[in-house]
Amino acid sequence: MTGLNKLFRNKDDHGASPKLSPLWTFVVWLATLAFFAPVAWMVLTSFHQEADAATNPPTPFAPLTWHQYSLLFSRDITPFLFNSAMASVFSTLLVLALAVPAAYALSIKPVEKWTDVMFFFLSTKFLPAIAALLPVYLIVKDAGMLDNVWTLVVLYTAMNLPIAVWMMRSFLAEVPKEILEAAEVDGAGLLTVLWRVVAPVAMPGLAATSLICFIFSWNEFMFAVNLTATQASTAPVFLVGFITNEGLFLARLCAAATLVSLPVLIAGFAAQDKLVRGLSLGAVK
Amino acid sequence: MTTLTAPPRTAPPPPGRPRVSAGFSKWRRRVPLLPALIFTIVVTQLPFVATLVISTFQWNILKPGDRHFTGLSNFKFVFTDDRLRTAVLNTIVLTASVVIISVLLGLGLALLLDRRFLGRGLARTLLIAPFLVMPVAAALLWKHAIYNPDYGLLNGTLNAVYRLFGADNGPTVDWVSTFPMPAVVISLVWQWTPFMMLILLAGLQAQPGDVLEAARVDGASALQTFRYITLPHLRQYIELGVLLGTIYVVQTFDSVYTITQGGPGSETTNLPYEIYLTMFRKYEYGEAAAAGVVVVLGAIVIATFALRTIASLFREEASR
Repeated sequence: MTGLNKLFRNKDDHGASPKLSPLWTFVVWLATLAFFAPVAWMVLTSFHQEADAATNPPTPFAPLTWHQYSLLFSRDITPFLFNSAMASVFSTLLVLALAVPAAYALSIKPVEKWTDVMFFFLSTKFLPAIAALLPVYLIVKDAGMLDNVWTLVVLYTAMNLPIAVWMMRSFLAEVPKEILEAAEVDGAGLLTVLWRVVAPVAMPGLAATSLICFIFSWNEFMFAVNLTATQASTAPVFLVGFITNEGLFLARLCAAATLVSLPVLIAGFAAQDKLVRGLSLGAVK
Repeated sequence: MTTLTAPPRTAPPPPGRPRVSAGFSKWRRRVPLLPALIFTIVVTQLPFVATLVISTFQWNILKPGDRHFTGLSNFKFVFTDDRLRTAVLNTIVLTASVVIISVLLGLGLALLLDRRFLGRGLARTLLIAPFLVMPVAAALLWKHAIYNPDYGLLNGTLNAVYRLFGADNGPTVDWVSTFPMPAVVISLVWQWTPFMMLILLAGLQAQPGDVLEAARVDGASALQTFRYITLPHLRQYIELGVLLGTIYVVQTFDSVYTITQGGPGSETTNLPYEIYLTMFRKYEYGEAAAAGVVVVLGAIVIATFALRTIASLFREEASR
């Protein structure tokens, strides 16, 4: 199934796919704008003053200002963003350190019963996280690790590891067997093979896997809100907390929502083609 | 492969290299796998064992010193409690409506985006944006910027339209308290439709062109082509979308926590949120654990279907 590659590499499809009629073009654009409207409204409102944001009927053409963003930074969103970045980056690195060797053992020189191992990894993804929350909370509390970023790093690693193993295996499976064998026959050592043959093929896959892991960690809310308090809270916890503590400031809320969504929006737009493969656990290629 | 059925080694080891025993090389292959495997077992399986154990205890931290083994009574409570039954029903309603609606919308959009039109790349980029917005941010956005009765976009737009036609003021509808479940469902459909669209679009693009060409030459109508060629081909992609969507939407916590807090009453309390309340509001650890076990059992049923679907995709890939 190479549909995705076809889809994203050949933007014009060599004229193979039929053209859409003007009526349906109108319909699809209408739907697109309807779906995008809340995002556009969020970004637009974030550049308004509070007085212009909370009007009825809405005033989309009110003057624009950076005011809300500067307020956010002066009101200390920074530590929350820092915690989110710490938890996401370190868990992503840990996931890669564990997943890449595992994927190697499951694809290039597969261990016996490798499909069973794959399905074991996947099955852990199907356990609802809420069922693990209580024991995790109790264990973390006993260990004195509540409100600690490293606790989130460990949990996010466990959360993303199965996806990463599946994705990396599907990318490593694309390394041509003939070239591997040829390199071995020529007497190349393991490190040379990894560096010269495997790495060049697997690099885009590694980037995609990191992206998916980063997105899921960055967006995670349930563990973050229940296991952190003041020191280790992440961006989504900031968002929820700042509503209840300060009453409602619509424009500032939109600025905060835009700001915390920005890294994922940028990464996601830049790597649209990689998203599907990651989200469908590497099963759809 | 067991040692009994292992094929005889055909090639002798290359000269000049140390001979490694079969057992040693088997283990050497397993070593890279072990850290990930051990980590996963420790962090995901042990908590579940702990949940099983806790579920057999009467344990409320507001009553210290009263922690004792009660056998299966927590499970009896889980299956007879009204709140939990409501939560189960809400979870089913929420999950089913979100998944069905977003698959249908996603299919429609994927079919349209499969054709060429002006600005297709831009349209696709804009369409996936809802999926990329942080879920908590999206929930807050819907609750405050869109559903808010006084200055939300929905009432604001209605008001503007009413004024356009000469009326003084539009209606003031408190969307979240009037239609709590649809309010949550719509915000989730908005987030999940792009996901379904991406998977189905990948499926459409994987259709073999020659078959479609043959259908066209044979004079099949667009509807016939869709019904007899495209839909059967898309089946496994639709199944995958439905199953992955179900797995993720069943776990919905962010939106319920943020938009309705399970209310009004318990009209939008789903299982994850109810378990959260039992744990951190009622402090009934035993009951929460028992409910967690029941959720896991339900998830295993869904997961069995999901794994079967994925396994079929997987076999197809392996047989290439």
